[in-house]
Amino acid sequence: MAFYVVQFLTGLASAASLFLVASGLSIIFGVTRIVNFAHGAFYMIGAYIAFTLTERLSGAFGFWGGIVLAAIAVALIGVLVEMVLLRRIYHAPELFQLLATFGLTLMVEDLVVLIWGPDDLVGRRAPGFKGAIDFFGQNIPSYDLFLIVLGPVVLGILWLLFQRTRWGVLVRAATQDRDMVAALGVNQKWLFTSVFAVGVFLAALGGALQIPRDAVHHAMDLRIIVEVFVVVVIGGLGSIVGAFVAAVLVSELNAFGILIFPKISIILVFLVMAVVLIVRPWGLFGKPEAPARKTPGLTVNPWRPLTQNERLMALAALVIAATLPLFAGNYALTVGSEIAIFVIFAVSLHFLMSVGGLASFGHAAYFGLGAYGVAFLAKMAGLPMIVCLLLGPLLGCMGAAVFGFFAVQLSGVYFAMLTLAFAQIVWSIAFQWVSVTGGDNGILGVWPEKWAASPSHFYWLALGVATLVTIALRAMVFSPFGYALRATRDSLLRTEAIGINAKRIQWTAFVIAGTTAGIGGALFAYLKGSVFPDNLGISLSVDALVMVLLGGVETVSGAVIGAIVYKALNIWLVSQTDLSKLVLGGFIMLIVVVFPKGIVGMLEMLAQRRRKASPPGSPLLAKPIESAE
Amino acid sequence: MRARNYFVGAAFALLAGGMAHSALAQDIKIGEINSYSLLPAFTEPYRKGWQLAVEEINAAGGINGKKLVVVSKDDGGKPADAQTAANELVSSEGVAMLTGTFLSNIGLAVSDFANQKKVFFLAAEPLTDAVTWSKGNKYTFRLRPSNYMQAAMLVEAAAKLPAKRWATIAPNYEYGQSAVAVFKKLMSEKRPDIQWVDEQWPPQGKIDAGPVVQAVAAANPEAILNVTFGADLVKLVREGNTRGLFKGREVVSFLTGEPEYLDPLKDETPEGWIVTGYPWYSIKTPEHDAFLKAYQAKYNDYPRLGSIVGYQTIKAAAAILAKAGSTDPEKLIAAAEGLSMPSPFGAITFRKIDHQSTLGAFVGKTALKDGKGVMVDSAYKKGADYLPSDAEVEKLRPKD
Amino acid sequence: MSVAPPLLAVEGLTKSYGGIHAVRGVSFSLRAGEILALIGPNGAGKSTCFDMLNGQNKPDTGHVRLLGEEITGRKPREVWRLGVGRTFQITATFATMTVRENVQVALISHGKQLFNLFGSAPKFDRGEAGRLLELVGMGGYADRPCGELAYGDLKRLELAVALANQPKLLLMDEPTAGMAPRERVDLMRLTASIAREKSIGVLFTEHDMDVVFEHADRIIVLNRGTLIAEGTPAEVRGNPQVQAVYLGEGLVYDARHREGAST
Repeated sequence: MAFYVVQFLTGLASAASLFLVASGLSIIFGVTRIVNFAHGAFYMIGAYIAFTLTERLSGAFGFWGGIVLAAIAVALIGVLVEMVLLRRIYHAPELFQLLATFGLTLMVEDLVVLIWGPDDLVGRRAPGFKGAIDFFGQNIPSYDLFLIVLGPVVLGILWLLFQRTRWGVLVRAATQDRDMVAALGVNQKWLFTSVFAVGVFLAALGGALQIPRDAVHHAMDLRIIVEVFVVVVIGGLGSIVGAFVAAVLVSELNAFGILIFPKISIILVFLVMAVVLIVRPWGLFGKPEAPARKTPGLTVNPWRPLTQNERLMALAALVIAATLPLFAGNYALTVGSEIAIFVIFAVSLHFLMSVGGLASFGHAAYFGLGAYGVAFLAKMAGLPMIVCLLLGPLLGCMGAAVFGFFAVQLSGVYFAMLTLAFAQIVWSIAFQWVSVTGGDNGILGVWPEKWAASPSHFYWLALGVATLVTIALRAMVFSPFGYALRATRDSLLRTEAIGINAKRIQWTAFVIAGTTAGIGGALFAYLKGSVFPDNLGISLSVDALVMVLLGGVETVSGAVIGAIVYKALNIWLVSQTDLSKLVLGGFIMLIVVVFPKGIVGMLEMLAQRRRKASPPGSPLLAKPIESAE
Repeated sequence: MRARNYFVGAAFALLAGGMAHSALAQDIKIGEINSYSLLPAFTEPYRKGWQLAVEEINAAGGINGKKLVVVSKDDGGKPADAQTAANELVSSEGVAMLTGTFLSNIGLAVSDFANQKKVFFLAAEPLTDAVTWSKGNKYTFRLRPSNYMQAAMLVEAAAKLPAKRWATIAPNYEYGQSAVAVFKKLMSEKRPDIQWVDEQWPPQGKIDAGPVVQAVAAANPEAILNVTFGADLVKLVREGNTRGLFKGREVVSFLTGEPEYLDPLKDETPEGWIVTGYPWYSIKTPEHDAFLKAYQAKYNDYPRLGSIVGYQTIKAAAAILAKAGSTDPEKLIAAAEGLSMPSPFGAITFRKIDHQSTLGAFVGKTALKDGKGVMVDSAYKKGADYLPSDAEVEKLRPKD
Repeated sequence: MSVAPPLLAVEGLTKSYGGIHAVRGVSFSLRAGEILALIGPNGAGKSTCFDMLNGQNKPDTGHVRLLGEEITGRKPREVWRLGVGRTFQITATFATMTVRENVQVALISHGKQLFNLFGSAPKFDRGEAGRLLELVGMGGYADRPCGELAYGDLKRLELAVALANQPKLLLMDEPTAGMAPRERVDLMRLTASIAREKSIGVLFTEHDMDVVFEHADRIIVLNRGTLIAEGTPAEVRGNPQVQAVYLGEGLVYDARHREGAST
């Protein structure tokens, strides 16, 4: 019995730091609607700075002072980031801020290694909390007891802050209904900055408090960020109490789950999140969002098919791309194939995200399923390549059909998180089911047949498929189905009122996007000759998001450019420097600030401005009618 | 654009821009791939090791009179990126062979690439047995003692312990799984009387150490096998120490004696664990002394195990190239099979049967000295003594 | 000779939220070509009642029949397929699409081409879309992005969209809310003329009594969830109970005394 009590307390201690970080994220998201990917980075910087301070400052005061100082220092960094970076892009399309914070995270991961060195750092134990307390023969670390008390204390302080101060009331109001606060004439700028500072403070405090139990290292951020998002979503966005309950729930399930299924930790949070989102889409303590009165950042520049000139330009670009094998070497061709495959992947997500308004955080699942589909068919059934390429993507299609059915019942960030959960579930199956998938050692030897083996042939194959896929998806944008899909994105109420079953439209789009991603994955398996679980992993899903956002989420085919730029730059940087993350992160942040509509979105805007600036010849032109051609 | 990726020998100035094209046509190029950005704690000393080797080789006249150039690429910890890098090295840099890699899955990906493109590959670090056995191929050789070999070395010591109730803690991925599987198999062969009372599989890099320690303690084992390393190990040790998990229990632990993993533990290093590792401070052989002196002179830092691996990888590559007298992959394979050469740990041989080198490892016990973790009572275990019989190896390797 | 069922027949509609009756036993009917106004003070249950007619909300008890066919509890999209168009108090349109595209989506849905993946949507029923827009006086705005439209134009667009499936019945929730007085009259005149010409039944809720008394053929009055009066504008105006309700609410309204009512 004592064991179960101690295991419970241990779970509570694990929950405390998770709660600290999650509450910060929850507050930030609730008010600013920023999906703060850099939250884990702030957590990590908090730990690093706390390490330095606690090593320099001596004594108990030095330790605790160092922890608090570190959190304050990081909060100030957060303020700087908010004012310099995020403030410029609040009006950018939804999720664009994700791109900025993603860039920041990349930079931080390299920066901490540059500043603090590559070694894992192990900090001091907390003065006064070094030992353990005996509980009927079981030891409970006294620092755990400290954390167990700290969690509810922080919860209480935050509760008082939100209930008893004007600032707190504003934060709660903004969480419920942003437009209302804006309408009340509150200075949103400073509300956002202060909220961001508080959120970052909590993240950094969570990181700093890890010093006595953990090693400080440069991958701490990734370890926590996804889990924290999950906790926030389970608890209900913007709900501090929810974050607390969810953190406890997840930690306790883990503490007791490993007694029965020792391998459960790898997947537990995602299983819980999937179940919660399906049963209670707003999280345990969340409330359905007030419907946005205006869709922020949505373009007022309607989409149109390419004009004759633009078609010719696209064709010319394609012809140039197709002649690459005449002058480029094998390496360039292989990179070209990889880029073409990522174009397929990016346009498939773009279709779902831009046309359907459904931003998936787990799109790699279908890419990877396509790859595994090919690997199974080629290695187990020994089917010829062309058959594998045709049938392999069906695995992506089936995955999308099953998961998409549940995912499209939700929208916005809940949709995103459910897709993430599904992707992680698929990933862990690939990772764990060693007898079938080979686990993380993957499936090897999936090489193309002779007719496609040479780099130039494979390049033409990839380029051809990418072209067909891009044209097909573009045609779909301007098909009756595409109109219906865009309609569901703009107004669910209206689509329902004109006889459209929005969920079925979105589900269909999900399956189309998943199948298309599967096509990319199938080619990828042959390009690399092997399939690994990270073909379905989070970082690949994030890559796809970045490519779409970089190209311009409001454009019809910006993802093509986004994929080319991002992938080419990434491959080149990784080849040129160990600090590729620093450079790439910096580049992304620059793009975000300079091109807040993405590369293609910005080009379109410039072209539009030029058209507008041209002298009004006819009265028709004088009106802002851009879509007429 | 970082110049240190392109080390061009002692006599050769590092060119601005660091483009590998600065290498002259008659130079011999080796392509090197590792997870520099993902695992800097391990790969930084590794890089220093191979840079030292390049310097020594070129100072001694290069390979059959030709200068050795190593072109190094980062794989970011992703198999797919490692293949892109391998492709670049082979197709556009025209390297004579590929070397490197740390993670098992990346090692396998590059090995498969090498097999497909018919390129010689000398795997440096990846531990999985699959590299030389179940997924072994003609083109792939490996330097480091495999999972199986390290397990066999540890089992030898562990079997002597009186403990009958064993628990295991291992990261939940292929490395952890196969380390536990081999250890259990070999252990059960030697000691049919032992019981496996609990197993914990925390996700790699994400251990929730408190509950794991509690769960293991609840099973009340007499001995524990640990396979976690890095930050996970730190958390496990801290929780285990505080909660008294290790008190009165024997612990056998993979890799923990390597300075990369032992040094961060500082004064919290648990004492008396049976570990594999690298006690650079207590190896007194002329070969190692020479290496240690050269390394400390160049870097003003002590070597880690990664330094040895990096150093010996390039030394081995150079020896193979020198013996082959050619960069033709078939000739390189012929030269490498059965090749013996010196190393800081003594002579090693690349076995013809499975392309595994006989580089061994040190087995010893952890101890605290001046507030730092060290390995004591350590002895070098030759790799050759811890491999299965040739007949068994034959069965493990696919026929090519 | 059997009497044809009315276009819309509502019978004993009841809905309560946590013990509070929002709508209680409301019954009324509507003939083809008739314009019926549903009025009542704030909180009278107008919107709840309205939402139950096209399936936006489910009644606890009661029946809604369209030409004798039971449609209670059906989904809005199914009700639409039966020929019921609807506009919203706060307009719901597709903001990123052009005015024409908005109508085309409705036409695509009407033509059951929603899952047509490779047809050309810009060419889909372009002529019909143009006619509908002309009908509501939006012909010149066809290529304008919907997000740029003035509020009154959005209301007219909604009307065009609602007409796309050649409805038998139009449900309009505060069709003139937020519009200038001039626009209100224009929109209601337009609606009335379309309704009479095509013999469409129109049910609308409205706060603006000018609009109500000028355009409705008949008026029903709701107070605290109960129907308290029904009749021609003149009858309702003279109903003491109605006057009491509006007096009690402090919303005395007398169209005759209001400035600008003569327009």
